[in-house]
Amino acid sequence: MRRVATAVLTVSAALTGAALASCNKQQPPTSQARILAPLTSGPHALPPAAASPVDDGNWVMPGKDYASTRFSALTQVTPANVRNLGVAFTFSTATTHGYEAPPLVVNGTMYLITPFPNDVYALDLTKPGAPTKWVFKPKPIAASQGVACCDVVNRGAVYSNGKIIFNTLDGQTIAVDANSGQQIWRTQLGNIQKGETITMAPLVAGGKVLVGDSGGEMGVRGWIAALDEGSGKVVWKAFNTGPDKDVLIGSRFKPFYASDQGKDLGVKTWPPDAWKIGGATVWGWVSYDPALNLIYYGTSNPGPWNPDQRPGDNKWSTGVFARDLNTGEAVWYYQSSPHDLFDHDDINEIILADIPWNGARRPVMLRPARNGYFYVMDRRNGQVLSATPYGYINSSKGVDLKSGRLIPVAEKEPKSGRVTRNICPAAPGAKDWNPAAFSPITGLIYIPHLNLCMDEGVMEANYISGTPYLGADAKMYAGPGGNRGVFTAWDPMRRRAVWEIKEDLPLWSPALATAGGLVFYGTMDGWFKAVDARSGKLLWQFKAGSGIIGQPISYRGPDGRQYIAVVAGVGGWAGAIVAGKMDPRDPTGALGFANAVKDLPMKSTAGGMLYVFALPR
Amino acid sequence: MSSRFRASALAIALAALAIAGCDREERHSRSKPVTETIPAGQSPDTIYPGTGTAPPLDARAALYDNNAPALAEGQMLYTQMNCVGCHSHGGGGMGPALMDDEWRYGGRLDQIAATIAEGRPNGMPAWRGKLTQDQIWKLAAYVRSLSGQPSKDAVSSRADAMSATTPGTLTPREPAHSSDTAQQ
Repeated sequence: MRRVATAVLTVSAALTGAALASCNKQQPPTSQARILAPLTSGPHALPPAAASPVDDGNWVMPGKDYASTRFSALTQVTPANVRNLGVAFTFSTATTHGYEAPPLVVNGTMYLITPFPNDVYALDLTKPGAPTKWVFKPKPIAASQGVACCDVVNRGAVYSNGKIIFNTLDGQTIAVDANSGQQIWRTQLGNIQKGETITMAPLVAGGKVLVGDSGGEMGVRGWIAALDEGSGKVVWKAFNTGPDKDVLIGSRFKPFYASDQGKDLGVKTWPPDAWKIGGATVWGWVSYDPALNLIYYGTSNPGPWNPDQRPGDNKWSTGVFARDLNTGEAVWYYQSSPHDLFDHDDINEIILADIPWNGARRPVMLRPARNGYFYVMDRRNGQVLSATPYGYINSSKGVDLKSGRLIPVAEKEPKSGRVTRNICPAAPGAKDWNPAAFSPITGLIYIPHLNLCMDEGVMEANYISGTPYLGADAKMYAGPGGNRGVFTAWDPMRRRAVWEIKEDLPLWSPALATAGGLVFYGTMDGWFKAVDARSGKLLWQFKAGSGIIGQPISYRGPDGRQYIAVVAGVGGWAGAIVAGKMDPRDPTGALGFANAVKDLPMKSTAGGMLYVFALPR
Repeated sequence: MSSRFRASALAIALAALAIAGCDREERHSRSKPVTETIPAGQSPDTIYPGTGTAPPLDARAALYDNNAPALAEGQMLYTQMNCVGCHSHGGGGMGPALMDDEWRYGGRLDQIAATIAEGRPNGMPAWRGKLTQDQIWKLAAYVRSLSGQPSKDAVSSRADAMSATTPGTLTPREPAHSSDTAQQ
């Protein structure tokens, strides 16, 4: 009897111990890199020289260059010395909303653009503490905040020929003198009464400023426009839905796949008139190939979210356009998610690269897309060379390389009158807007992304201009493994992950790669991290005052030293629960994202702050 | 205790319940038409110079508060007018949360009605002219119910949305004027 009692005690002690141990396991996963495949030597992807010129130490556009590499060629900060990285100076942005933009640096001046009210600051890097040179306040209409779907963010300004050019939430594009901060021109493009805002960063190429609208959740009609860099006048404007003449589809349009060929598909693939309020906006990234003189950009989700209301392929939503820079004529188009079911906008960054191919180099684009596939596509004609899952996907079976079409999974299709459970990836996709970085040294793409699934119920949406056009209730949660974020080093040639870091919170921060052999990114609880570009090993981290969703950059200061800069300030769709002071008890808050980040208000508070780091002198 | 006595006790209890039930709402189907005006500019909790007191609650609020049909119609309008796209099921998103204890422009029924009718500067649309006054009051009553203000027998026991959202009967009641209480 006593022996039995002892045994019971022992067992219960062991159980308690196990319970305690499992409690310990409930701690957020520490970000240890997991090596998944060897980093092979030999020829690998390289950015095209024309789109990625030699690094001059400045950072003039969010993507760093036209190839959107987000790669700095500076080498002072290395895996060996990064542990000494310290704060050089800071600057408060006076905002409490999501800060998604990068700082820009041009010849000794740093430029910042804040979320609404979109103030622009110029900081003098030649003086101690980087004092303010000028500030420009565009004063956008306050009501624009009410039609911005996912926090009142701005994804960056651009520098070109002595001007800082940027967009405002209420739909304007503005150019100011980079030296004086005086306005040069201002053009109203979007109309908030229709639900149009502008959150994207413009791209300037060949004397043209490329701008597109936001509002895919508001029933707007998506477009991209090219403005004359000198005057701000619209040179061409192409809609992404509607008749061919509006879409600038003409004789040069040669889409690779049959389902994109035909007349007025932007009308015929919609119910009558639905294309007029069908979304397909341009709120993400534009890349440019000077050799082909083509711009590349992706289009957003079709509206409304409820797919029952828009039978058809819904062209030209959720796809990629190649257009002639000078005329805007469409040259090719590829639809990643025909008849999008899950809000899988195709607006993510488009990285241009030339890859070894049958003994030569083939001009391609690399796209970690929202639907979970890493696309390698010929950028001359839009042919998909490969589409490989880089995250967990159960909502599609793959991409048919013959037809180019995504292969759907019938039981994951949201239908009116039922709740569809466990859709992976969730609405923000395997990765949202936050861009990856591409190191020509390792040939790897460094992808900050998401591991989220969702339940979704759809119902009839009413179109009322200036209000949301959704027809869906969603509720997101962590995908398999329980981690909500992943940082993946992806080998685009061998189509596999080389290493990955599981992050507890969703990753909403972009990445930066440097020639020193480091990769930087931030987390939504405010850690700014440097990891080894080859192994993913965490080498340095700094805790910022707010969560990081801003684009990190690296530049050469007037003193010749290498600096790393990032702006903290939690928010965006993922951080709206903090920036918008939402109530976490409603799982459908922020279009369902709130449910996945209920713990965020305890882990980060709002507040924009620039942090600039350097090695000690 | 005789069975007759028990039966009469039961009858009295049932009658009391029935009376309580009668009391839970008034539809005013035969009353005079209500003046079709929204209280203009009913201010949020603020300073009232000279008097120090807020103007009295608009008399029409009583017609919609704790009124089950009004709340049910307000709930339908909340979805149909796309309120749900911004405020979700009370948690917020593009617009502020409505289920918490914070009211930027006042949490009284007439104040909420004024906010819906006139709009507010940071993006709340103005619905005057798009909805009838009666619809605006109903919508305001439902919005107020998201923080659990009406009595539980007036609100719906089921949510129209995904099963994950909380029905009105299970919504906890938040303090209606937290900014006041916090300062006292």
